[in-house]
Amino acid sequence: VTDRVAVLGIRHHGPGSARSVLAELDRLQPAMVLIEGPADAAPVLPVAADPGLVPPVALLAYAPDAPRVSAFWPYAVFSPEWQALQWAAGHQVSARFCDLPASVLLASRGGEVDEAAGEEDEAARDPVAALAAAAGYDDPERWWDDLIESRLDGQSPFAALTEAMAQVRAAAARPGGQPHEQRREAYMRQVLRAALRDTARAGQGGPVAVVCGAWHAPALAGKLPPATADAAVLRGLPKRKAALAWVPWTHSRLAAASGYGAGITSPGWYQHLFTTPEHTVIRWLTRVAAVLRAHDLPVSSAHIIEAVRLAEALATLRGRPLAGLAEVSEATEAVLCDGDEHATGFVTRDLVVGEILGAVPDTAPAVPLDADLRAQARAAKLKLDPLEQALTLDLRTPGGRARSVLLHRLAVLGIGWGTAAEDQVRATGTFRETWALRWRPELVVAVIDAAPWGTTVAAAATAKIIDAAQAAGDVAGVSAAVESVLLADLPDALAPVLRALDAKAARDADVARLMTAVPALVRAIRYGDVRGTDTTALAAVVAALTARVCAGLPAAVSGLADDAAAGLRGALDGMQAALSLLAQDERGRDTRDRWLGSLGVLAGRPDVHGLLAGRAVRLLTEAGVLPRAESARRFAAHLSIGVPAASKAAWADGFLSGSGLLLVHDRDLLSILDDWLASLGDQDFTGVLPLLRRTFGGFAAAERANIGQAVRQLAGGAPGWDSPAELVDEGRAAGALRTVAAILGGAR
Amino acid sequence: LTTTTGKPLLRPHAEQVYAGELAALSAADDRTRPPSWRMSPQAVVTYLLGGTLPDGTGITPKYIGPRRLIEVAVATLATDRALLLLGLPGTAKTWVSEHLAAAISGDSGLLVQGTSGTAEEAIRYGWNYARLLAEGPSQAAMVPSPVLTAMAEGRIARVEELTRIPSDVQDALITVLSEKTLPVPELGIEVQAAKGFSVIATANDRDRGVNELSSALRRRFNTVVLPLPASEDEEVDIVARRVAELGQALELPEVPSAVEEIRRVVTVFRELRSGMTADRRTMLKSPTGTMSPAEAISVVTNGIALAAHFGDGVLRPADVAAGIAGTVIKDPVTDRGVWGEYLEAVVRERPGWADFYRACREVSG
Repeated sequence: VTDRVAVLGIRHHGPGSARSVLAELDRLQPAMVLIEGPADAAPVLPVAADPGLVPPVALLAYAPDAPRVSAFWPYAVFSPEWQALQWAAGHQVSARFCDLPASVLLASRGGEVDEAAGEEDEAARDPVAALAAAAGYDDPERWWDDLIESRLDGQSPFAALTEAMAQVRAAAARPGGQPHEQRREAYMRQVLRAALRDTARAGQGGPVAVVCGAWHAPALAGKLPPATADAAVLRGLPKRKAALAWVPWTHSRLAAASGYGAGITSPGWYQHLFTTPEHTVIRWLTRVAAVLRAHDLPVSSAHIIEAVRLAEALATLRGRPLAGLAEVSEATEAVLCDGDEHATGFVTRDLVVGEILGAVPDTAPAVPLDADLRAQARAAKLKLDPLEQALTLDLRTPGGRARSVLLHRLAVLGIGWGTAAEDQVRATGTFRETWALRWRPELVVAVIDAAPWGTTVAAAATAKIIDAAQAAGDVAGVSAAVESVLLADLPDALAPVLRALDAKAARDADVARLMTAVPALVRAIRYGDVRGTDTTALAAVVAALTARVCAGLPAAVSGLADDAAAGLRGALDGMQAALSLLAQDERGRDTRDRWLGSLGVLAGRPDVHGLLAGRAVRLLTEAGVLPRAESARRFAAHLSIGVPAASKAAWADGFLSGSGLLLVHDRDLLSILDDWLASLGDQDFTGVLPLLRRTFGGFAAAERANIGQAVRQLAGGAPGWDSPAELVDEGRAAGALRTVAAILGGAR
Repeated sequence: LTTTTGKPLLRPHAEQVYAGELAALSAADDRTRPPSWRMSPQAVVTYLLGGTLPDGTGITPKYIGPRRLIEVAVATLATDRALLLLGLPGTAKTWVSEHLAAAISGDSGLLVQGTSGTAEEAIRYGWNYARLLAEGPSQAAMVPSPVLTAMAEGRIARVEELTRIPSDVQDALITVLSEKTLPVPELGIEVQAAKGFSVIATANDRDRGVNELSSALRRRFNTVVLPLPASEDEEVDIVARRVAELGQALELPEVPSAVEEIRRVVTVFRELRSGMTADRRTMLKSPTGTMSPAEAISVVTNGIALAAHFGDGVLRPADVAAGIAGTVIKDPVTDRGVWGEYLEAVVRERPGWADFYRACREVSG
């Protein structure tokens, strides 16, 4: 029986192995090809013959009930497994995967996202590399070329390799291997036995070729042990329902650690080795030159000639028959890049890794999330278009809202199909949203990334936002998540995210951070208004948060440096603006009044930084809590002789800054300032002039001019264009007023 | 190793110091040698990086650093390309160039020292004017430059500090490196290079832009950038070896176990150079001067001389303190601040460094 089995021990992702496998398959003309890979991938294997499936691609196995439990088996064009699949498809030979089914593998996972089965031992993970390293090679592929391909004159290298590997296995620390390894090999033998039976029954005389990692070759070659022992090893393995699908992959993801243990660091070089058997070094360095020229670095043909010579001389010096990646890289650095590491960086990025994106045909079974995304996009009448297009949505219409929700959910999942125009989202007119849509091919990878979160867009976004809220570092992060929850309409996520917010707020001692969280929440309530979401829970959270802020504020404002005070002043403004918006109902007014109360305490304390005290007085004046005369008095007091200059400046700055336009239109504020200024004596005036200059210097020139004009009117001088008493024709203005009133809510 | 007058040499050439190793390597070498080479490229790499020959002869490492750099350098010379060694001051550029020339041609003396005053005669040829006037132009009246000699004999010529040479003089090398010939129009002859001729040039990274190489010249060279030592242990090793060698050459009395003090000097240098303490917790300012292994070597050698002649024969913190302060403080205003800050913030707090701190304070005031 054994002469009907041909074991082809390969190096995963080894272009040399791939070429040898192809040659060997051509020679053997096997009746069936067994390939190391999850056996339950059988239903999706025929897709490999589809020309629409372009590597790099990966087989994804996931548990349908919990998509985060998943495993990947990536293939590049130079992967021997891929080439064996292609050979079988091209020659109408049946191919089977022979490794443990994904259902068994997933059952052994604790629910964590993890990459596919990697062997523990370094030697077991890439035994060919271990052999090559023993022979003094740092590039196992060049070792394969030197020793296996160029020296065998067409003979099969695999028998010798299996023997060598038997030695490596014998020398390994655990001869029997891990239990997991034992199970895998037992399973492979069982599949092999079945394959032998099936081909014999079908009357096919050809051998069965097994393409598997070189490490496993000795376990499958030679006379097979009795089947009963293997059956015993495999009995009672836990299983879990697994679904499999092809997904597009990229070279950079191959470069990261991947399904077969160690990742490969130079997929671009391997691809070159596989696709360019002739003049490998010369063609590579020519491509390097092209890359450098594309970056405007002058490289001539003479440079390439010298680089080829240096690479070959280096190989000779090192006793290698062929130049490998190390030699060509060093030649590139010394000759083409003048020793400049930035230039060599371009080459590494563009060529050695050489980003390529694979493709999967539409007919192939897709990842459920991908299928759902496409269905949702169809339902929302959005096309996955690679050309950028602008989209303006009216959130008051159901269609506009549905689209907005879908795009926001995708944004939560990190699938950057649409980019929201930031200022419009944050603008007060919350019924409009503007998006820029562009479907980039790489987004399929983002979809794969997001796939573990769930099978539908809504479920995945819900799972991800809850996770993000729980993992967020501070309150502001969670409140951003709350906003996303409402924007993306994920009602199931609201309660857990709010719980996370409450927990964070309880533990967060930083009042400034708590304060920055409030505006986002208030915005969220307003979105809710527009979208008709129930926001009572949210309002309760805002109230609770405000209570915490009010409790913490007195302690947080003492002993601040200028920077910290300036930061906190911004937070005060944000709180005030947000809470004023909220004060439209009973509860909102309660919340705001509590806030104004603590501001009042703040304004009265002498030990608070001037920036904050000044700003608190101003906010209170605006809110109508502090009578005008009182704020005028405080203004005068704080800028009087007994206060140190620096404090005066800070107070004036806190009171006035950012209010250039306000001074133009708020006659009360302006007259406070004007009265005070007019009452100053000569000496005092000289004293405060620099402080005022400083504050007013912060206003725009046009603002200053307008303030000047307003002051002139105040003093009864020449009337300006906006003198309130004249020029208004009530009758003609009535129409406009009605429209404005309708926009503002109609009540007033 | 003595001068013609019988006095001992202050600094013998590499091929003189390591004559024994070179002979042993050459004898044991059975690989193919490029034309005119004294030994095979593999043997040259062994000479620079150290190793043991089959007959048990030990070869001391001359360069401690990445093997691939030396391999690229040797392979470059084997392909008859010129080699440009770039690096910060004190990264052993000259040292590597001297040893490469010694191993390949058995002669490291064909040297052009690049300065802003280097004239074209130093690279091409000059004339013996007395003879020129007396006999008219003839080959006997010609004074060949080291480069010309190297060409005629198929040896390695060395050009030090290439970027300090004025650009028009630099460009005299272009014909030599591309055509491998040097015409002498006065005599109507040309000198063609014999096989084995090549040029090793060194240039300082800090001098970039002084006399930047023209791109025509640049592309005749393969560039190898020599880095600063990667790890503290590597740097300690370099400094300790060189100090021991220098000590022997200068016949300083033996100073026992200076490793502790060397490690301290290296630590100070590495920290100031990188602007961060070894535990990466404190940011430091870097001084204006160079803080390479070469300076560390001279500080330690100086310290050993102090310890041997004026101290108790053991290298103490006080012996290296003055040297370190002198190396760090090149600019009297800014560097003094940098050094003071380092002393107060780092040295003072470090356990076991109290002696060193006191010694430095005494020196720096």
